[in-house]
Amino acid sequence: MTTTTATTTGAGTKGFRRAGARTPRGRSEQRSAWAMAAPALIGLFLFLGIPALLALGLSFTNARLISPEGPSFVGVDNYARAFTNDPSFVRSLLNTFYFAAVVVPVQAGLGLVLALLVNQKVRGVNIFRTIFFLPVVTSMVVVSILWTFMYQETGLVNSMLSRLTGGAFEGVAWLQEPATAMPAIMVLSVWQGVGFHMIIWLAGLQTIPEELYEAAGMDGANLWQQFRHVTWPGLRPTLVFVAVTITIAAFGLFVQIDVMTRGGPLDSTTTIIFHAVRKGFREQEVGYGAALSLIFFVLVLIVSLIQRRLTQEK
Amino acid sequence: MGSRTRVRGRAPRSVLVTLAVGASVVLAGCGADTGTADGPTEITMWSHSAGNPAELEVINRIIADFNASQDEYVVDAEFFPQGAYNDAIVAAATADDLPCLLDMDGPVMPNWAWAEVITPLDLPEELTDQFLPSTVGEWEGEIYSIGYWDAALSVLARRSILEDNGIRIPTMERPWSLEEFDEALVTLKEAGFEYAIDMGVADTGEWWAYAYSPLLQSFGGDLIDRDTFLSADAVLNGPEAVAFGEWFHSLFERELASRTPTAGRQDFPLGNVALSWNGNWSAPAAFEAFGDDVLFLPPPDFGAGPKIGGASWQWGASANCDAVEGARDYIEFSLAPEYIAEFSNLTGLIPATEEAAALTDNYAEGGPLAQMLDYSREYALIRPPTPAYAVISSVFEKTLQDVMNGADVQGSLDRAVDQIDFNIETNNGYGF
Repeated sequence: MTTTTATTTGAGTKGFRRAGARTPRGRSEQRSAWAMAAPALIGLFLFLGIPALLALGLSFTNARLISPEGPSFVGVDNYARAFTNDPSFVRSLLNTFYFAAVVVPVQAGLGLVLALLVNQKVRGVNIFRTIFFLPVVTSMVVVSILWTFMYQETGLVNSMLSRLTGGAFEGVAWLQEPATAMPAIMVLSVWQGVGFHMIIWLAGLQTIPEELYEAAGMDGANLWQQFRHVTWPGLRPTLVFVAVTITIAAFGLFVQIDVMTRGGPLDSTTTIIFHAVRKGFREQEVGYGAALSLIFFVLVLIVSLIQRRLTQEK
Repeated sequence: MGSRTRVRGRAPRSVLVTLAVGASVVLAGCGADTGTADGPTEITMWSHSAGNPAELEVINRIIADFNASQDEYVVDAEFFPQGAYNDAIVAAATADDLPCLLDMDGPVMPNWAWAEVITPLDLPEELTDQFLPSTVGEWEGEIYSIGYWDAALSVLARRSILEDNGIRIPTMERPWSLEEFDEALVTLKEAGFEYAIDMGVADTGEWWAYAYSPLLQSFGGDLIDRDTFLSADAVLNGPEAVAFGEWFHSLFERELASRTPTAGRQDFPLGNVALSWNGNWSAPAAFEAFGDDVLFLPPPDFGAGPKIGGASWQWGASANCDAVEGARDYIEFSLAPEYIAEFSNLTGLIPATEEAAALTDNYAEGGPLAQMLDYSREYALIRPPTPAYAVISSVFEKTLQDVMNGADVQGSLDRAVDQIDFNIETNNGYGF
């Protein structure tokens, strides 16, 4: 789950004379800005923009990955099929929403708690920051394989729970039961990703000026009131960033499913992207897969817009 | 943040850096062209054998010998891990960037032949006639692929365990029936094993169709109607298939087999289970653990005769290869009996010709695995040779996993038939 950070602290414009874009200096600065952004923009266009446009085109055809016949136009058949003739897809929509609905608040909230904890000037706090961040730099595939072993009936999770409850808890086959497979994957996903968002929250926390806390302390505010009235409003821009990035990443859930459960048991862990990859790539129906991925794109767009609207400053 | 560099008349540093990076990327791309005007033509090869030291050793030896035996062609091999290999080939085919030589899993070959990704091999008939029929890949009358070995499935067991529990040892003339097999499983479970049999359900992908569709076929069902190849109706969701589904589910429900067996099929060598549904590639580990006590039993006859899978990895040449003649030469060169025998000795798999079998330790007359050759000849039913196979395999894997986890058998099979039939229809029957 890597995203590009786009933090602007708003305090770095000292000593930069904005004489307007029309002056010779302004124009050549604009040119150099475009030149510096050009490689990234070209890369984005080539590897994201063009494939997205191709997918849009493909989704209206019955294209196959390899076939002696070329693709033919089928209109909105693929979209109709997705919603009416593909129970696995509808299930994958529900599973994805379920996953996002739980993981977004839990991971954001847990990240904030951890950030508050490590935001203290205590000796050795950097060790904790490192430990919390370690899962983030581990490959998700590796994490998934390890947790598959841990979730076995005779695995670590069951042994630990059994020990903690003094034997009252009998082992559960976490990944083989439809009811527990998705929660199990949520736990490991949060575990892997929370460190990254802890760091983001930490950066946000450190932009809040110390004087505000001192002033609040002098006014007699306790910790909780300080949090509610000083910290939380100061974290608003960070909140927007964290919420949007977790949501987009949660909707794109694929790796854990592919490695651990392959969509099972009984379609309880299939997600939009996994279903699109299975249909579009493994079963070679690339036109249908393109339609599914476009549905995904529209969904993510809608949810992100809603989130932005909800978190915008009034 | 950093210092701001002032822009003066000359080009800013940033633009120069961008140009330099862009130029080097373009040059790197241009430099990847192979094939010099003078000197041997290079033939690229892709294989799925990465991580398999036995196969790698023999393939590299064949390549070295071939390169040394003539100066027209030089074979250059790249090895992929098996899990990612099929996807890599399909992606390369879509990009028209295939290697000259490639190996392919037998049942996938019709899909690639139909898509004109590979080209017929034009091998002499006297040569191909010597090969086990399941090792020769045919599509519409042309041979597109040929393999050095075949793999057979079998029930691994230990003679001492069976005798101690009073279970009859089956033979090819008198295999176990469904009732006998089921009774044996229950007896073994009660004898104290963690599970009676390791069915190997932890593996994913093609294994499911390869290992479990023969059981379906032995019950009397099938993956697709082999008369028309246009529909799976009545064979995949008929009463025989439902009977298979329910029996398969009951194995796990009655705890005769585990849903999460130990990785690497270790349960049998470790003694956790009494039986194992596995192939002859597991022979080396089994012999190492139990020596002469190991038995490779014929599969049970569930009603329509014992059935096992057939057709393993085979070699072919891609259609857009510049040096097709060289690719064909290499393949013919590699079919020599000593190479086939060497593959068999190192991997434990069945050699594709009788001549090679005589040269091996395990499969020569009276060898410890010689009966596997008979199983392959008598029981092997290749997976359906149709371009729809990629979908059939994926759908079957998912359906059977759902059945294992308790889904309604008839409903799941009906949905599987719907998906397969839909795919065949939207592809105009794949030319059938």
